[in-house]
Amino acid sequence: MSNGKRDGYRHHILSVLVENKPGVLARVAGLFARRGYNIFSLAVAPTEDARFSRLTIVVDVESAPLEQMVKQLFKLIHVVKITELDPRESVERELLLVTVSAAPAIRGQIIELVQVFGGRILAVGQDALTISIEGAPEKVDDFEELLRPYGIVELQRTGRVALQHLDRATRARIAKVS
Amino acid sequence: MPQINGGQALIRALEMEGVEVIFGLPGGAILPVYDPIIDSPIRHILVRHEQGAGHMAEGFAHATGRPGVAMVTSGPAATNIVTPLCDAYMDSIPMVVITGQVGTPSIGTDAFQECDTVGITRSVTKHNELVTEAADIPRAVREAFHIATTGRPGPVLLDIPKDIVDPKNPRSALEWYWPSDEALSAGLPGYKPTTKGHPRKIKDAAELIVRSTRPVIYAGGGILKARAAETLRELAELCDIPVVTTLMARGAFPDDHPLCLGMPGMHGNYTAVTSMQQSDLLIALGSRFDDRVTGKIPAFAPDAKIIHVDIDPAELGKVRRPDVPIVGDCRLVIEELVRAVRELGGGAAQPDRSAWKSTISGWQERFPLTYEQSEPGDALKPQFVLEQLRESTPDDTIVVSGVGQHQMWTSQYWKFNHPYTWVNSGGLGTMGFAVPAAIGAKVGRPDRMVWAVDGDGCFQMTAQELVTAATERIPIKVAILNNAYLGMVRQWQEMFYEERYSEVYLSPDLPDYKMWAEAMGCIGIRVESPEEVQPAIDKANDIDDRPVVIEFRTDSREKVFPMVPAGAANDDIITFQSHREVVQ
Repeated sequence: MSNGKRDGYRHHILSVLVENKPGVLARVAGLFARRGYNIFSLAVAPTEDARFSRLTIVVDVESAPLEQMVKQLFKLIHVVKITELDPRESVERELLLVTVSAAPAIRGQIIELVQVFGGRILAVGQDALTISIEGAPEKVDDFEELLRPYGIVELQRTGRVALQHLDRATRARIAKVS
Repeated sequence: MPQINGGQALIRALEMEGVEVIFGLPGGAILPVYDPIIDSPIRHILVRHEQGAGHMAEGFAHATGRPGVAMVTSGPAATNIVTPLCDAYMDSIPMVVITGQVGTPSIGTDAFQECDTVGITRSVTKHNELVTEAADIPRAVREAFHIATTGRPGPVLLDIPKDIVDPKNPRSALEWYWPSDEALSAGLPGYKPTTKGHPRKIKDAAELIVRSTRPVIYAGGGILKARAAETLRELAELCDIPVVTTLMARGAFPDDHPLCLGMPGMHGNYTAVTSMQQSDLLIALGSRFDDRVTGKIPAFAPDAKIIHVDIDPAELGKVRRPDVPIVGDCRLVIEELVRAVRELGGGAAQPDRSAWKSTISGWQERFPLTYEQSEPGDALKPQFVLEQLRESTPDDTIVVSGVGQHQMWTSQYWKFNHPYTWVNSGGLGTMGFAVPAAIGAKVGRPDRMVWAVDGDGCFQMTAQELVTAATERIPIKVAILNNAYLGMVRQWQEMFYEERYSEVYLSPDLPDYKMWAEAMGCIGIRVESPEEVQPAIDKANDIDDRPVVIEFRTDSREKVFPMVPAGAANDDIITFQSHREVVQ
């Protein structure tokens, strides 16, 4: 996993509906490790139906043919459905928490930056601020870059979650039931 | 319904699945499940090592097509059965393995004989499950057999904590039930294998077939899994197309059929390898473009269009992109293909392929499988032993091998005229497979003669299971081709490591195989000269109340040819003839 800045369209997003069973995340992670596929980011949470969870996996398309990745994932008994989301045709969101050095003299600059990006100040210390920002991954990338010169003390990103745009057809939708 | 305990439920569930035999070995965590076995009609075969239980279950499944069942305890027993699980996974063998586990309150505490069995076996099973409630047992067993035997078959493991099967523990109580078909599929929302091929793709495939001028059918183990041998024959005869049978498909198409070209691959015969290389259409049926078949992939069958039929969608395009991919069960798809070809006019609609056929028969004449007979006083030639054995046994004998030179020679020199007569470890290449797998095959097919052909290195890995065979009166026969070496490794060191032999010498005399066999309750025979071969085989064939082991002292310098060196293109095949020219 990495939180490095990425070219917007070289990754692919797999939205994977899985049965909410023990070990299902280990199965998916193990499959990626075993077959040498790279996971760029991974987010997991239950869905509206308690029997299922949704994994949003951002994969590096360079690391293996996407088709083979999807087919191998399908072989996991607990995988119910896989939807490939084209980044251009889906909504992606990510959350970033960061603590940044902020001596009183420059604190104003940082607060201004947070306001421009629509972020929030969560905590204020003697010489540091903890900030949250939510948005499209590219926006979060930009914010992180702009903040870096001030001195990042600690940083955590959630990895992205995504859903298809409502107004356009998805480029590929793969249902397990053929 | 009356309450029963989890152990009883587990055994009853196996009975419901029609299980006739369990290969296993009890221990602490699985103890409560062993008690109801006493009252069950299911036969239990007590192995001497858990690896043996796994390979026996595989051998049983190979020979019968029914899922093999093995049951062992937790910890070291579970880790000992990892090799058979991986073997079965690689070769798509239906198998259900039940492991004991420490009680649920102890899981995660590093308890005695605890290990993370589902974690360890996750990547070597089609599916596995740690069952945590007694009430889940019937459901879990039903699902395990369903998953193991449908779609692309494979091993499924159920890990059973002691507390849910122990009658002294209230957690083991459940009300017996047996899941309906509807409950079964509702419980597996993500598992619906595609069996019927897409009609458009089948039509495309039929059109490619009737237009092709140099077609070859590349038949793999999927033919046997799908019980499609008859259908394959119908297609081959209808379209008059030659067939190669991979190591996993030997017997899927009869070797004595005029269209049969035998085994392709690294040690395949020249005609099988070269016909694929020069074909204009490869019809891959239940085969997976394994590296041992393709050699260097970019140079494999460069002019061939590919029709690829497999029940596992992930195999299509994994190695070579097919022109016509068809996901489905081999038998159903081939039946449809036959129909589609008939609609296009059948064999008569095809172009004249006499040039292709005469090219092929030319190769068969020029490059037959061959070896040099031994000089008087020299050690036996392994190929000679195999020819004698082949000629002295019934046509439907089940032959089981370990892994290495002896396996390749057996696959090359035997004539497999019936499906399910060849049992071996293809994908994983598990040395030591032969003896236990032969026992499993004989248990499944007691009406058949079962010969294990083994190497001396392999035999030493799992020979203890002959004690099981002797005790249980399972009269298998074992031919050890004793060349005193890890022969295949020796061959590579001779050919590719400048004859620097590193750690491959075993010993012709240590152990004494005859005495060892006798110590295990078998008849032991040693054969050193060609005249002794036939009488020894005849004697072994006459014994039907205990296992027989014949040790054949064979020539350690003998190599397996033809050979495509690892990573080389199939066009660079080394035949016996070309190797001899280079050496001389």
